[in-house]
Amino acid sequence: MEIQRKVKYEEELDKNFLDEVKEMSGCDEIDRCIQCGTCSSSCPMSVYMDYPPRKIVSLIKNGFKEEALKSFTIWLCPSCYTCQVRCPAKIKITDVMYALKRKAIEKKVYPSRFAIPILAKEMHRLIAKNGRNSELWLVLNMYLKSKNFLGLLRMTPMGLSMMKTGRMSLKKEKIKNKKQLRTLLKAVKEGR
Amino acid sequence: MNEYIYYPGCSLKGGSRHYEESLLPVFREIGMKLQELEDWNCCGATAYFSVDDTMAAAICGRNLSIAEKTGKNIMAPCAGCYLTLKKSNDFLRSGNVKAQKILNDLKNTGCEYAGKVDVRHPLEILIKDIGAEKIKKKVRKKLAGLIVACYYGCQLVRPYTDFDDPDYPVTLDSIMEAIGATPVDYSSKTRCCGGSLTGTIEKVGLRLNYILLKEAKRKGADALVTICPLCQFNLEILQSKIVHKYKEDIKMPILYFSQLMGLALGIPKEDLGFSRSIISLKPLWEKLQNGGAK
Repeated sequence: MEIQRKVKYEEELDKNFLDEVKEMSGCDEIDRCIQCGTCSSSCPMSVYMDYPPRKIVSLIKNGFKEEALKSFTIWLCPSCYTCQVRCPAKIKITDVMYALKRKAIEKKVYPSRFAIPILAKEMHRLIAKNGRNSELWLVLNMYLKSKNFLGLLRMTPMGLSMMKTGRMSLKKEKIKNKKQLRTLLKAVKEGR
Repeated sequence: MNEYIYYPGCSLKGGSRHYEESLLPVFREIGMKLQELEDWNCCGATAYFSVDDTMAAAICGRNLSIAEKTGKNIMAPCAGCYLTLKKSNDFLRSGNVKAQKILNDLKNTGCEYAGKVDVRHPLEILIKDIGAEKIKKKVRKKLAGLIVACYYGCQLVRPYTDFDDPDYPVTLDSIMEAIGATPVDYSSKTRCCGGSLTGTIEKVGLRLNYILLKEAKRKGADALVTICPLCQFNLEILQSKIVHKYKEDIKMPILYFSQLMGLALGIPKEDLGFSRSIISLKPLWEKLQNGGAK
């Protein structure tokens, strides 16, 4: 085992990170955090997280950019908004998680082969292309792109019971006016 | 009365088609004929907010614009669509510079939107526009003796809290009471089912749904009633695996509130999508036939 320094020196921190996050939508109130921990104790996922929500907010406030963006936490957040409605400082914690997800995707620092960001990107791509999501193709592409063939195999019984009850089809759903949607998305992208 | 146009989203045309199959006849019975929004596109769900939030608002803006041309408000039965459309609608109406830019892009692509559409969930419409009393009067066959756990999940009651409580909502319970069923005091009613985590990290999904089913069973529920397609899917599809992993009998039917409402309003059960249930409904039918006695 290689011995590594576990504590960062102050000059290694990104002092602009807080301001950078505050610029993003829903994040402007973040420095009102009082570190009470209501978010972490309300979160149904915090037992699986590397940093529970309270710590994520602290990381942001203190410039630990890398730790926040590379965390599993942001991808484990299922957007249940419990922390957000309970926060006594009225911080939109779920929106902060979304903002960090976007930043991690933009900087390509999310955990590799991890299914959750792959699912988000795949759904994004499908809708931009066809205007609609096709459930079967979304799941299939997620497993293939995360190279999780065993997981796909394990899903087969579920898929079969969905097929048997007529709840899954191979059809690729599309809207009629795909051109309109594409023009719209192009305009939005170019205007930024 | 307010008029609504129906926004199905991907689920009600896919894995949750029995939600649509039961919801439309129920609203027809109540006197509200619903038309589907013309050429709707997907709402983008949590994925768009995770990848690109301006695009998320833009694609929802297209749906809102199509609805505005009909002069009606949107009814979105999927809790995910409901929240996503509502959140984007708020943003587009906010007057924010970025929002103005998106409205402009919408206008230039033939999707002009003036911000006049409201987004509502069918449960909200039942409670606010119709009312439990009127539903009670329409009941032809009371579901006497049926004990249900009402499960609201997350995104219908949070972060928007304008129509029910974010922690302990009661509107679905009151609808179930109106049709003669008995709701239990279900303390996990807004605890998260994990959403899409079921597909991405299965063991997390198993744990979260085990907690929900165990609590419903402990309270003596015959069935769990939901308002959200993803919750319905998770709670139903994982049951065999949960039984296998936790060695506990937590099996129970997971139904849409509209399916039970349909039964009570006298719609034939063949027309309410019950055949799409993966879990056996035999105990449910037995209970209903015997008027509650097991």
